[in-house]
Amino acid sequence: MAIDKALAGTGSWLDERFHGAKGFRTFFRKIFPDHWTFMLGEIALYSFVILLLTGTFLALFFQPSMTEMVYHGSYVKLDGVHMSKAYASTLNISFDVRGGLLMRQIHHWAANLFVAAILVHMLRIFFTGAYRKPREVNWLIGIVLFTLALLEGLFGYSLPDDLLSGAGLRITQGVLQSIPVVGTYLSFFLFGGEYPGNDIIPRMYILHVLLIPGLFAALIGAHLFIMFHQKHTQMPGKGRTNKNVVGAPMYPYFMAKTGAFFLFVFAACALAATFAQINPIWIYGPYNPLAISAGSQPDFYMGFLEGSLRIMPAWQWVIFGHTFAFNVFIPALLPLGLIMTGAAFWPFIEQWITGDKREHHLNDRPRNAPARTAVGMAAVSFYGVLWLEGANDVIAQHFDIALYTVTEIARVAVFAVPILAYIITKRICLGLQRKDLHLLEHGVETGIIRQLPNGEFIEETRPLGEDEVAKLALPQPERLPLPVGVSGGEDDVPPPGMRGSIGRVRARLNRIVTETVPMNGHGANGHGNGHGPDGQGAVSSGDQAHAAIGSSGREAGGDSTGGDGSPTS
Amino acid sequence: MTDSTAGPQPGDNEPTGDLFSDLSAHASGAGDEPAETRHRVIGTPPPAEARSLLKTPPPGAPGGPPVPRQRELPADPDDPVSAKRAERVVVACFLIATLAGLGFIAAYLIFQVHSVTNVLHSNLALGSTMGLAFLALAVGAVIWVRRLMPTVELTELRKPLRSSPEDRAAFAETFEEGAEASQFTKRPMVRRALIAATVPVALAPIVLLRDLGPLPGTKLDHTVWRKGMRLLNYGANTPIRPADFSSPGGMITVVPDGFQDDFNALAKAAVIIIKFAPNVIEFSARPEPGKVVQNWTVDNIVAYSKICTHVGCPAALYEHTTHHILCPCHQSTFDAARGAQVIFGPATRALPQLPMTVDAQGYLVARHDFIEPVGPSFWERGPS
Amino acid sequence: MLAGLSYAAITDGSASATAHSVTGQAQISEGRTIFLQECSSCHGLYAQGTPGVAPSLIGVGAAAVDFQVSTGRMPAKEPVAEQPRKPVALKPQQIHALAAYIASLGGGPPIPSSADVSQVGANAGVGQQLFVADCAQCHNFVGAGGALTYGKYAPPLTKSTPRQIFEAMLTGPEAMPVFNNTTITPQQKRDIIAYVTQTRAEPNPGGFSLGRVGPVTEGLVTFLGLLLFMVLAALWITAKHGKAHD
Repeated sequence: MAIDKALAGTGSWLDERFHGAKGFRTFFRKIFPDHWTFMLGEIALYSFVILLLTGTFLALFFQPSMTEMVYHGSYVKLDGVHMSKAYASTLNISFDVRGGLLMRQIHHWAANLFVAAILVHMLRIFFTGAYRKPREVNWLIGIVLFTLALLEGLFGYSLPDDLLSGAGLRITQGVLQSIPVVGTYLSFFLFGGEYPGNDIIPRMYILHVLLIPGLFAALIGAHLFIMFHQKHTQMPGKGRTNKNVVGAPMYPYFMAKTGAFFLFVFAACALAATFAQINPIWIYGPYNPLAISAGSQPDFYMGFLEGSLRIMPAWQWVIFGHTFAFNVFIPALLPLGLIMTGAAFWPFIEQWITGDKREHHLNDRPRNAPARTAVGMAAVSFYGVLWLEGANDVIAQHFDIALYTVTEIARVAVFAVPILAYIITKRICLGLQRKDLHLLEHGVETGIIRQLPNGEFIEETRPLGEDEVAKLALPQPERLPLPVGVSGGEDDVPPPGMRGSIGRVRARLNRIVTETVPMNGHGANGHGNGHGPDGQGAVSSGDQAHAAIGSSGREAGGDSTGGDGSPTS
Repeated sequence: MTDSTAGPQPGDNEPTGDLFSDLSAHASGAGDEPAETRHRVIGTPPPAEARSLLKTPPPGAPGGPPVPRQRELPADPDDPVSAKRAERVVVACFLIATLAGLGFIAAYLIFQVHSVTNVLHSNLALGSTMGLAFLALAVGAVIWVRRLMPTVELTELRKPLRSSPEDRAAFAETFEEGAEASQFTKRPMVRRALIAATVPVALAPIVLLRDLGPLPGTKLDHTVWRKGMRLLNYGANTPIRPADFSSPGGMITVVPDGFQDDFNALAKAAVIIIKFAPNVIEFSARPEPGKVVQNWTVDNIVAYSKICTHVGCPAALYEHTTHHILCPCHQSTFDAARGAQVIFGPATRALPQLPMTVDAQGYLVARHDFIEPVGPSFWERGPS
Repeated sequence: MLAGLSYAAITDGSASATAHSVTGQAQISEGRTIFLQECSSCHGLYAQGTPGVAPSLIGVGAAAVDFQVSTGRMPAKEPVAEQPRKPVALKPQQIHALAAYIASLGGGPPIPSSADVSQVGANAGVGQQLFVADCAQCHNFVGAGGALTYGKYAPPLTKSTPRQIFEAMLTGPEAMPVFNNTTITPQQKRDIIAYVTQTRAEPNPGGFSLGRVGPVTEGLVTFLGLLLFMVLAALWITAKHGKAHD
């Protein structure tokens, strides 16, 4: 066929210049494991592509200038009103450019979807333990991407210089100003002088269309390359081990599926932009520093910062004429700092607590890592309480709760709910694990009741199928017992990692984190299913220590429950 | 040409161990017997039945025909009947997408904008055609993958990420040799001088940012309000007589005369005036927390900065029955009858009171600027 | 926390300039009858008010009465933090009579005339500027309403007639500040009314308005709409071929 000849000709031409045959073949045969949760990152990736495309269109019409002018465009209600060129050009895009409003709305919906997708993708990675070795660097890149996404969105929705986003900018400036020692300098440098100045919109513009997208391109490229190079993780199942990848090849399967998904993302954004109005800046009006609206909120991904500002009690110190405005910079820095720093350090903290230094390519089921899942849920609920508090006036108005009461409830909830979430989640995970163990040991109930000769009624069960067993009887996320010493006796000198008060803390945390219900009859070893040691030095010493511990009667990590309850926690 | 999957060949850079074995392909549909393909591991000789009994050398041996390559991917879908049906559906989807795409272009040409209603129609037309086009393409593509492509589950082995000891040793050697050849480790002065030289160059970009803005100096300590400057009713920007602003419970935004359009000034100088009934305000003679300076009011009209002391939103929500000023951003609440002191919320300082009096023509004017900085807290703010 | 403030201190220069027709003793008597039936149980037999329950009505003026009764807020059903709008209990003629009676007790702002609230020549652009400076902080950009303290709220302006908007600005009902005619002139009030009525009538070119509340509902739609749709699509794409249908 002619097309075969054309393809062959082109391929040959390229190969003679780029030596591509082997590399492309490897690429085409690359196996991608299949699970719907693996597509969450793709939502973010394709939203980013859509943002680039629609953003380019918008950039052809938008004027990033704070110069004041009088409006005489098609939105007649604001005819004769003074406004900045940025705002007027946004009105122009919305009302005087065909497809302009559609592009603006697709851009904004895609931006919201981008951040939402990053959030759920990050949670998926966390709850399945996919950040563990060898993927710690990719996890860190992901956190940087998340932070950049927040900034990019903030700058993006502030560009039109409307009343709602302008209020947000004022708050940003007030927060910046409150930082001790350097706050006023930062504020003056960012805004080119006193607020609002004339520089902030053009500066945000350049950050929004050039600097941050450039960083995105580089980091997303690195993120994807690392994922390719290390191969994707996979969910446990039949035939899936820590040493293989099971799925369908890139060409044509994965290419087709991911292409279809891109079209779905685009379709979703386009349909949202058709039927759901977003950021109607013409209703908000142009920015004016003495105007404000009730129910002013930033876009959802900044909501938890807004909530932190609202929840904080009035607290400041004035010492020798210098103000520590705790009421402002604590909410601005502490929750975000906690979550980001905690997330960034988490893989290494978990490694330190569990002593687990092996490669992990099989995902955990969240229930099989109860402490991790519980910590994750605590973080999610902390974030969630602050998020809801960010909308406290809307909640007060629509649910008929007194305004101050919402804040007072939030002030308690922000501490109580994460603690409760941890406890409840951990219990639920352990309970689910016991249920799985019951299934493994007793099989699935069939609903067929039989009467025994002695009159007793029993329900027949069938044993689990191979695939089901493969999913349940996982090699447990192995909590290696931390090395304690050579002979395990009382007067042993503990190894360096376990000495002193830090060592005791580590041991205590290890007991908490390794509390889990073992799934298979091998006990906590779980050295079956091809999950053997990877030749790491630490593992083999752990193995020996394991044997030593077993012989001295100390509990191996993770066997503290044995299905009978009363674990330490 | 020999089978390219038959293990390492000359010039092959990939390490061994990259096996690619074909597990049994799953069948779709209910009740079909799974088709068993021969489970073969690449690299082993084909089974004996394939070898010829004739004198010609067997496939794969020198001089013989090449080993027939085992397919890695089946050529046809699992269920041809359902695939035929699916093909029709996929074609229909793509046809819909084509029409929708053409519809988009037509909608662009037909629907004009330049009014709110027109934009509504244009947006609806353009968006639904675009959305439909993408959706139809997406649905068609997914049905294509699921129904027209044979189901396949393949396994690829992972290479251990840690390089082999030989590779690591070789790299270490290359690195050390290079380090020695570069003299970097052997000539400490050169090294230290280089490091010293990079420091200013690294700092230069930060230094270049200095002119992003002026230094704050004392700019945040003052607003544009001056003695005798009239308070203008924002909007019409007319001066105000106390007799005109005489209804208790009244509140209005005012701006300094001469700065009514200057956002930089208004961001600190915007003020609200509030009219009280008699005997509601708690007065004092001097500035005191929780009190209104009597000399700065006119006829039970008091002026406060509109800029919230929390992070700078306009604190403008006034409930005249409780005489509370509520900032809608973070719910800082100030008691207007008691010097705008904070009674709830994250703000830590009362709204500064603007000293007022009346000029010769009877209009409200400022006595002088605020006696403390207005707006959000900052490090150099001074005692208060 | 009901208003305990007495409105008796309100004196407005326009008390004597009655804007609507038919003021006569008959109307005032009719108004008094209605007052005794419907209002005196809270406001007292002589409209002097009951502390902690209802304010004095002496000097509030006809405009305040017309506002409160024509929006259905009065007669109040029960003591709450803020009286909501509800179905109107009295006929227009009765409302005018009641208003005339209250006006006869101590003056106060009169009911605005049709000329007062006419939208001819009103400038919504000017109205926008005034609205965002003095009204939006309670009522929201488009008049969708907002929360106040202790269970009070600034109500949405979706159902208010031009006259009612004028009267509310003029009389400062409940916690709302008083914007008399020398603070915000009648022309400015007309501009504000133009802004409110035009904005609420304006179609939403971008699709469903999501309540015009802003990013809160947009965020909800992002998660419950967009993200959910993507998850469903992902589930479909990766579903195993267990069944004969897609």
